[in-house]
Amino acid sequence: MRYAVDRGVKVLLFISALASTFVVFLILIFILQEGLPAFREIGLGDFVTGSVWRPGQEQFGILAMIVGSVLVTVGAIILGVPLAVGAAIFLAEVAPPWVRDIVRPAVELLAGIPSVVYGLFGMVVLVPLVRRIPAPANTGFGLLSASIVLAVMVLPTITNIAEDAIRAVPREYKEGSLALGTTHWQTIVGVIIPAARSGIIAAIILGIGRALGETMAMIMVIGNSIIVPRSLGDNPLTIVLSQARTLTGNIAVEIAYATGLHESAIFATGVMLFVLIVFVNSLARLLMRGRAQ
Amino acid sequence: MSKEKVTVHPRVSFGLEAHRADRKALALREQANIACRHLSQKVAFGLLWLTGLVAVAVLVLVVAYVVLQGWKVVRVDFPDFLLTPPRGGLSAEGGISTTIVTTFYLVLLTIGIATPLGVGAAVYLVEYAGEMRGRSGLISRLVGVVRFGVELLAGVPSIIFGLFGYALFVSAMHLGFSLLSAALAGACLVLPVIIRASEEALCAVPRCYREGSLALGTTQWQTVWKVVLPAALPGIITGIVLSVGRVVSETAVFYVTLGGSHHLPTSLFSGGRTMALHLYYLAMDTRAFDKAMGTGAVLVVTIVLINLAINSVSRRLTAGLKGG
Repeated sequence: MRYAVDRGVKVLLFISALASTFVVFLILIFILQEGLPAFREIGLGDFVTGSVWRPGQEQFGILAMIVGSVLVTVGAIILGVPLAVGAAIFLAEVAPPWVRDIVRPAVELLAGIPSVVYGLFGMVVLVPLVRRIPAPANTGFGLLSASIVLAVMVLPTITNIAEDAIRAVPREYKEGSLALGTTHWQTIVGVIIPAARSGIIAAIILGIGRALGETMAMIMVIGNSIIVPRSLGDNPLTIVLSQARTLTGNIAVEIAYATGLHESAIFATGVMLFVLIVFVNSLARLLMRGRAQ
Repeated sequence: MSKEKVTVHPRVSFGLEAHRADRKALALREQANIACRHLSQKVAFGLLWLTGLVAVAVLVLVVAYVVLQGWKVVRVDFPDFLLTPPRGGLSAEGGISTTIVTTFYLVLLTIGIATPLGVGAAVYLVEYAGEMRGRSGLISRLVGVVRFGVELLAGVPSIIFGLFGYALFVSAMHLGFSLLSAALAGACLVLPVIIRASEEALCAVPRCYREGSLALGTTQWQTVWKVVLPAALPGIITGIVLSVGRVVSETAVFYVTLGGSHHLPTSLFSGGRTMALHLYYLAMDTRAFDKAMGTGAVLVVTIVLINLAINSVSRRLTAGLKGG
């Protein structure tokens, strides 16, 4: 009897393990299958490089959204990474224990704050501030506001993982370096950071993955105009004030009322996003695995 | 020094003088070098303190702003804000009671679906898959696929889960915009969280527990059920509470599967809106930023409470391990 139960349970557990994996493939298959008509009718090349998205006229090109997603992510990385990595080094090496004990849980907590809360803060505080920058047709909604919001959102992710990577550097490395008479700072720059480099880069790449996948906060502050971002006036720097739309935003905003080819094109957008994210995450995992060896 | 004070030939003595001068200069340079290195360390550490503090300040600023602004709104008609339903439509009037209840329902349903699957998968991977290794090529390969799938799933952005949920549950299975569709999509989202946390917790159970139990003649399942799972329980619970946090704060998935009705859901097949979703509608459709702030404050407080729960559970976990 006990053995029968034992065997039964084993099969049951195996099924649940399989079901969990099945979900991944189900997601892949479903999105691919729904997106296939769009790829077939529009063609992969035209779909990716077309800059016009007019569902009413059956024109579907997602170049604007790809550029929007990439630019806003680059902006967030430029703004967020120095702060995040600096904070990680600070927490792992410099901060006295009592500061660390307060800051670490706080940063972990902030990683769990809903993205709509950050989006709301962006709408209420950042957008009016950005709107003050004198430029023609500056609405405040756009790449700059979105990048700042995103930078704040990926900060806890990058800091947490980068700090773990720095902490994982063997103690002997640090002691060996200090024993040679270097200062703590020289040890950090010359030994600890190089040793933790792949982990820190992995943290940044995971941050990029999060940034690319962020949806609601982006819809709230980026303006959602379907244009390839361009400078607003003569000053090329005003490109950061340009409105844009992300791949994620394109999906969320239009899926509920899309039908036919339009719906399929939305799923095709999802396929592109999926491919992009899997590529980015595999890169991070490769680096993490390199560190483990 | 005294050793060098022997009578020497003048030319040799001159050489010694030069040597001493050299050493003195060297020592001076050394000192300057050390001073310089310490100075650069001070500057660098100052900058690190600055980045650390700025990073924390920025994050605290955002959260504190929302909580304080929101608290002002909540306080005005406390506790009615929490106890009355939203008026709906384009009016921002009313409270958030139905959204709190919907959030609660959705959390229960999602966790109820995801926990058995996730914990089951983790138990299989840790307790059963290990012994398979080397015995059967097919199953060990399958286990590799399962692990790869879980890792892949963890990195997929939530809107993809939403898209999937919309295509499969809302459209293909005709469940419509409903609690059930949203919970199924949400379960896919939190599955990797639960699997990973449970796996870690199970791996942390000392080997001797299992051996001791098996030596008493129990079957493997009896060992898992009576010995391993209880020992791993705090870690598993941490994973579940973490998932509760994910569901409470998730918006994108439910935006495309839950429908957004402001009424109280009456069955599994009726739509609704969670607090996070309500915040989004208030901010984007109604532009009622004050009410949105109020909802945001309630949301943040909920997340803080969930985090406190996680901390207390994991503290008990470490205490338990130390005691055992």
